[in-house]
Amino acid sequence: MSFEFTIENKQRFEGYLKRYPQKKAALLPSLWLVQEQQGWISPESMEYLAGLLDLTPAHIFETATFYTMYNMKPIGKHHIQVCNSICCCLRGSEGVVQYLKKKLGVNVGESTADKRFHLSAVECLGSCGTAPMMQINNDYYEDLNEAKIDEILEKLK
Amino acid sequence: MEYVLTKNWHVPDQRKISVAEKNDAYSSLKKVFGMTPLQIIEEVKASGLRGRGGAGFATGIKWGFIPKDNKKPVYLINNFDESEPGTFKDRMIAEKDPHMIIEGMIIASFAIGAHTAFIYIRGEYHRPWEILEEALKEAYAKGYLGKNILGSGFDLDIFTHRGAGAYICGEETALLSSLEGGRGYPRIKPPFPAIAGAWACPTIVNNVETLSNIPYIINNGAAAFKKIGTEKSAGTKLMSASGHINKPGVYEVEMGLPIRTFLEEHLGGVWKGRKVKGVVPGGSSFAPLTNEEAMRTNLDFESCAAAGTSLGSGGFYVMDDTTCMVRLLQFTTKFYAHESCGQCTPCREGSGWISKIARRIESGNGRERDLNLLEDVCSNVVNGRTICVFADAMAMPVQGFLKKFRHEFEEHIRLGKCPHG
Repeated sequence: MSFEFTIENKQRFEGYLKRYPQKKAALLPSLWLVQEQQGWISPESMEYLAGLLDLTPAHIFETATFYTMYNMKPIGKHHIQVCNSICCCLRGSEGVVQYLKKKLGVNVGESTADKRFHLSAVECLGSCGTAPMMQINNDYYEDLNEAKIDEILEKLK
Repeated sequence: MEYVLTKNWHVPDQRKISVAEKNDAYSSLKKVFGMTPLQIIEEVKASGLRGRGGAGFATGIKWGFIPKDNKKPVYLINNFDESEPGTFKDRMIAEKDPHMIIEGMIIASFAIGAHTAFIYIRGEYHRPWEILEEALKEAYAKGYLGKNILGSGFDLDIFTHRGAGAYICGEETALLSSLEGGRGYPRIKPPFPAIAGAWACPTIVNNVETLSNIPYIINNGAAAFKKIGTEKSAGTKLMSASGHINKPGVYEVEMGLPIRTFLEEHLGGVWKGRKVKGVVPGGSSFAPLTNEEAMRTNLDFESCAAAGTSLGSGGFYVMDDTTCMVRLLQFTTKFYAHESCGQCTPCREGSGWISKIARRIESGNGRERDLNLLEDVCSNVVNGRTICVFADAMAMPVQGFLKKFRHEFEEHIRLGKCPHG
């Protein structure tokens, strides 16, 4: 399971280095690049970044694990993040979480057996005016109800 | 009232630079490059603009903190880590009028002498980030960014930098730690970022909405801006309205607007014909107001402070009279327990402890002494016992809920269940 950036990603990485006075600052964007390329942050990819950025693998690991959005293990293709924070809770986000658990047959923090979906409950996503809502990969889905959830998941093969 | 920030939100394709230019985007730059940086700072000081990210610090005064004899590079950072529960205004600015943000950043960079600026945007905001990237590309192509902007001799590069899921990175020094490629750990102040910030160089960190106000101030003058709002809270405020109301969304209001008017005339009142039980006017980190308190409070910094809360970042949410306040506090404390960065023991341990007690009471297993215990833990984390004010932001709502809705907590403990069912 060795890791290496694709040619295109290597170029993007080189571009990041030019933005900052110190290499180390390119760490977060580089981790995003790794995740974009293979879906998660593997130990090999951290070793690889350590070499590129003159950092220790330990520093990369401790940084990556601080943030919630870097996947430290492989997860399902569509990452469903249900906002379960204060304002969404006022408008029924718990029901959304329950419904998705039942519908997908998984607990929060798990992927479906076919690896199509991964379910997370997260804190405020900054879409309180359209509560309840969820994020799936890069997109927000708002003003949710059960019928709408069915429709959204149906489209995501 | 005159709209400062949202006047072009209804324009289709306002994101495109050609459309934005027709609506005066970047028109302030000619004027800016004819002024000295000091003149711009004085203008912003005179406008009375205060930070819109939560703390409400005077923007011009902050800019003036950059040391005069500085030989190091200066950085401007646009804090787009908007993560305060209840707040979603900055995302709307980026989605509706991204060039306004960039224009504000160009002016601010010129004023403080920065040639590199960063937009630190929370990782979850993937689409807004793409919109900003596109807008930056357009601004470079038009010569508003890059070398020798509009022949002024001023160079500026703006880069985006994505966070990856951490509320604490909205705290300016945690943001700097994160930008530099590490965990988002806050730093002890002083030194303040204006003296030693990113890479130990002078750095100004401003919120998205704060920077978006700058073009108006330059175009129309400080006096025009100061005319809007109240004496100590100049200008308008973007309010993110959510919770139990009929018309949630982002509203630009003149500072000083009574909450009663805002609720009845802008938000269409409480949903389902119910009544207000509580209002949080500025985001989850501040004390809630009872209905009675809310109805005599206005949306400006001083009125909210006098009511024992804060206008903060304008995260305005309403709880109707069927809301269980114990449950709401449980959700609030869950957030802080999850988001404490873990650097300081009182906050790391205290946030988890507070959350556990709140959960215990909510689930009907509360004990007589739990309310005093909650207050005790709160008083042990606030007032400078931690590196940053996160612990205070956690304690303020807890103390507020306990003070104002104590009977609900007592009832939960006495009955061993939620009276609301």
